[in-house]
Amino acid sequence: MNPEKNFYNLIITGVGGQGNVLSSQLIGQAFVHKGYFTTIGETYGASQRGGSVMSHIRISSKKQQSPLIPKGKADIIVALEPVEALRVLTHYGNPETVVIVNTRPIYPVDVISGKEAYPEFAEIEKSLETLSRKVYYVSATDQAMEMGSPILGNMIMIGALLQVNLLPLSMEEFRQTLSKNFNGKRLETNLQALEQGKKMEFHI
Amino acid sequence: MSIIALDAPGKELLLMGNEAIARGALEAGVKVCTAYPGTPSTDIIENLASVAKPMGLYVEWSINEKVALEVASAASFSGLRALCAMKQNGLNVASDYLLSLNLIGIEAGLLLVTCDDPSAHSSSTEQDSRPFAKLADLPLLEPSTSQEAKEMTKWAFALSEEMGIVCLMRGVTRTSHARGNVTLGPLPSPDGRKAWFDKTRQRNTHPVYQKHDQLHRNLIRLEEIFAASPFNQYIGPERPKALIITCGSGWLYSQEALELLGLEDAVGVLKIGTTWPLPTTMIIEKLEKTPKVLFVEEVDSFLEGNVKELAADFSGQIGPKTFFGKRSQHIPFFGEMNADRVIDALGKIFQVRYQARSPRYEAQAAEVAEKMLPSRALGFCPGCPHRASYWSIKNALQLDNRQGFATYDIGCYALGRGPAGYYLLKTGGAMGTGTGLASGFGKLASFGFDQPVVAMCGDSTFFHAAMPPLVNACYNKSNLVMVILDNSTTAMTGFQPHPGVGRNAMGEEVAPVDIEAVCRSFGAKVSVTDPFDLEGTKQKMLQALEDPVGAKVVIMRRQCQMLKGKEEKLPYQVRVNPEICIGDDCGCDRLCTRVFKCPGLMWDKKLAQARIDEVICVGCGVCADICPEKAIIKEEIR
Ligand code: SF4
Ligand code: SF4
Repeated sequence: MNPEKNFYNLIITGVGGQGNVLSSQLIGQAFVHKGYFTTIGETYGASQRGGSVMSHIRISSKKQQSPLIPKGKADIIVALEPVEALRVLTHYGNPETVVIVNTRPIYPVDVISGKEAYPEFAEIEKSLETLSRKVYYVSATDQAMEMGSPILGNMIMIGALLQVNLLPLSMEEFRQTLSKNFNGKRLETNLQALEQGKKMEFHI
Repeated sequence: MSIIALDAPGKELLLMGNEAIARGALEAGVKVCTAYPGTPSTDIIENLASVAKPMGLYVEWSINEKVALEVASAASFSGLRALCAMKQNGLNVASDYLLSLNLIGIEAGLLLVTCDDPSAHSSSTEQDSRPFAKLADLPLLEPSTSQEAKEMTKWAFALSEEMGIVCLMRGVTRTSHARGNVTLGPLPSPDGRKAWFDKTRQRNTHPVYQKHDQLHRNLIRLEEIFAASPFNQYIGPERPKALIITCGSGWLYSQEALELLGLEDAVGVLKIGTTWPLPTTMIIEKLEKTPKVLFVEEVDSFLEGNVKELAADFSGQIGPKTFFGKRSQHIPFFGEMNADRVIDALGKIFQVRYQARSPRYEAQAAEVAEKMLPSRALGFCPGCPHRASYWSIKNALQLDNRQGFATYDIGCYALGRGPAGYYLLKTGGAMGTGTGLASGFGKLASFGFDQPVVAMCGDSTFFHAAMPPLVNACYNKSNLVMVILDNSTTAMTGFQPHPGVGRNAMGEEVAPVDIEAVCRSFGAKVSVTDPFDLEGTKQKMLQALEDPVGAKVVIMRRQCQMLKGKEEKLPYQVRVNPEICIGDDCGCDRLCTRVFKCPGLMWDKKLAQARIDEVICVGCGVCADICPEKAIIKEEIR
């Protein structure tokens, strides 16, 4: 991605309950603090109940953008769930899109009941790579479970996003945003999770 | 405390449209704020409630939108600025009083915010609430960004006061729930004003003719005010080849579409922030300078119709125009707007080809979309009491074996119309409708109707609109079973308290209204059960179904897991014993994963057995009681 770029379209996607909305809000706050125009369009509500969730985060140094990214215009996709990464790519992706994906699936009820199929991981990998410039795989949920709670997966993913260094936002700047939103034990575990994501060694 | 009360003029924050509205109200010195929760409007009052005490406000969750408007009006009549918020369906409820209040008029500024949900992301309809402004002859504002939502809100209070009428503001999902930059303004210092109702004036609709006439005169004055409003804006060339007329979220989508098509120098955009009454002169002036007009707006052709009306009046002056929009099918009549829809319309009008991606990429993406994306049907959360309730109701109706069915209204439990509730819900619609319909079905016995009818109702819905139909059923001796799924919160919109909970929006403890006692006092026969007691719940349902006389109420009470989970630890450690689970071979037809379908359960394809997904399972233990083989083991966590 062009380092001189001054306009970014980021999508954070996942399944209701994974902490999608909070992640996008924190990133947005960090950019507003840096003086960027930030617009976030998020889909939730009924989607909290097991549906696909997606936040569009649009960061511009020039002007306020609309809350929805047009077709094919995503620069970065952070996916808390593998099939959701694919779902978003099929509409918003382009050959230059970079994808950071959590490897742990959440099975839809129709997959659990056997009515529909969930693709094999190898197939998902292949399609993700066909439809993007680069894919980073992160075992965020598994690591979050080790740290004590699956919800920390979203902070690990943000750590990974900062690590790949595609956005003009530093780890330190994001830490400051975190400390404005949380305190005590909650801040501490979130900072640890962020650090964990940053440490991630990407297997490509 | 919410950041909306930050006393830092000039500071820039990232605010949701709804937060910006709440901030604007604070900057305007609002004193009383009321609402019934409804997505996408809920956050307005939620944010104000969280700052009520330090900011010296009175904030309430009213039991329904009509009452919310009445409570807000009382404040206005007493000289206090008031805000009332609701979603589109809510305005239908409040409209009965609104259509009197327009004639009655107000004292201190009164703003009614309604938030529409184009595409019905979280609604049972995608109704456009703007026609209510025209119907009631009241001013209507539509913000495009969070910043504008704040400024407009502040201005609306002053406008309402100047005109002596309630002012309407319409948000949509993508303005109310979008976040954007907002620069804070100053907060007023407390004025210590005493609330007081001037008894020398009567506040009613009489004399009706005169007051109706006055409303129409107001519209003329409003047009003058709106003509100078900064919320109406034009960008583009002096004489554009075409003009986009837009409002709300369409403002930014239109600009983006023009940028992507490279048409900024050919096409102008006129954004109307004051959408009723329209600023006539300003619009006519722009129409004179262009041959083509495209309307970009969310849900109905409100702007489109009203501008065309003006164009007809001024046809001699502006000459012939070609109009594009919903009527010409350049813009769809349903669903929410986005830049792609505007690109599509402009592409057709100007015959330009726009390709978001190469045909090759498009084909690859389409193949993936078709073959690799399992759908995510909405269902109840893991550990949700509704799943257990539906399970028992389904089993009871099956045992009863008289082709019984259920009716419903609005809330989480309406998901029961799909597989999550075994398709038991056959008809419903508005708040309280389930009970009203059941009251009707329950009177058809003399015409040979012999199916049992179960009305599904939520606890918050009970207070909102289901008490009158239950009284109706009792009074008219209708035979029905009403199930109140009491999860002790308004779960659908994010856990707001209601009169049954024992706490109000201000966080004060109050004596909870006893739903059981209320129903009994109407004359209904009431039983209470814990939905996690599957057998007991089924028996209570069967008893109610078998009783042929009058209204039976079964209250299925257990707190929403989303709320309970926050307060308590998981009761059980749950696992599947692979020695016992016989999967597809068990006569159960995989009851757990095919029928009960809690997302906390998985199907292990290799082992052909059920498994618990420890990331999702909350340990409610209900599935252990469902497995006929007793293969699912629950162990109490100490
Ligand atoms: S867990 Fe019980 S209900 Fe589910 S497949 Fe195994 S034996 Fe059947
Ligand atoms: S115990 Fe069973 S029913 Fe309860 S949440 Fe876990 S998997 Fe779902």
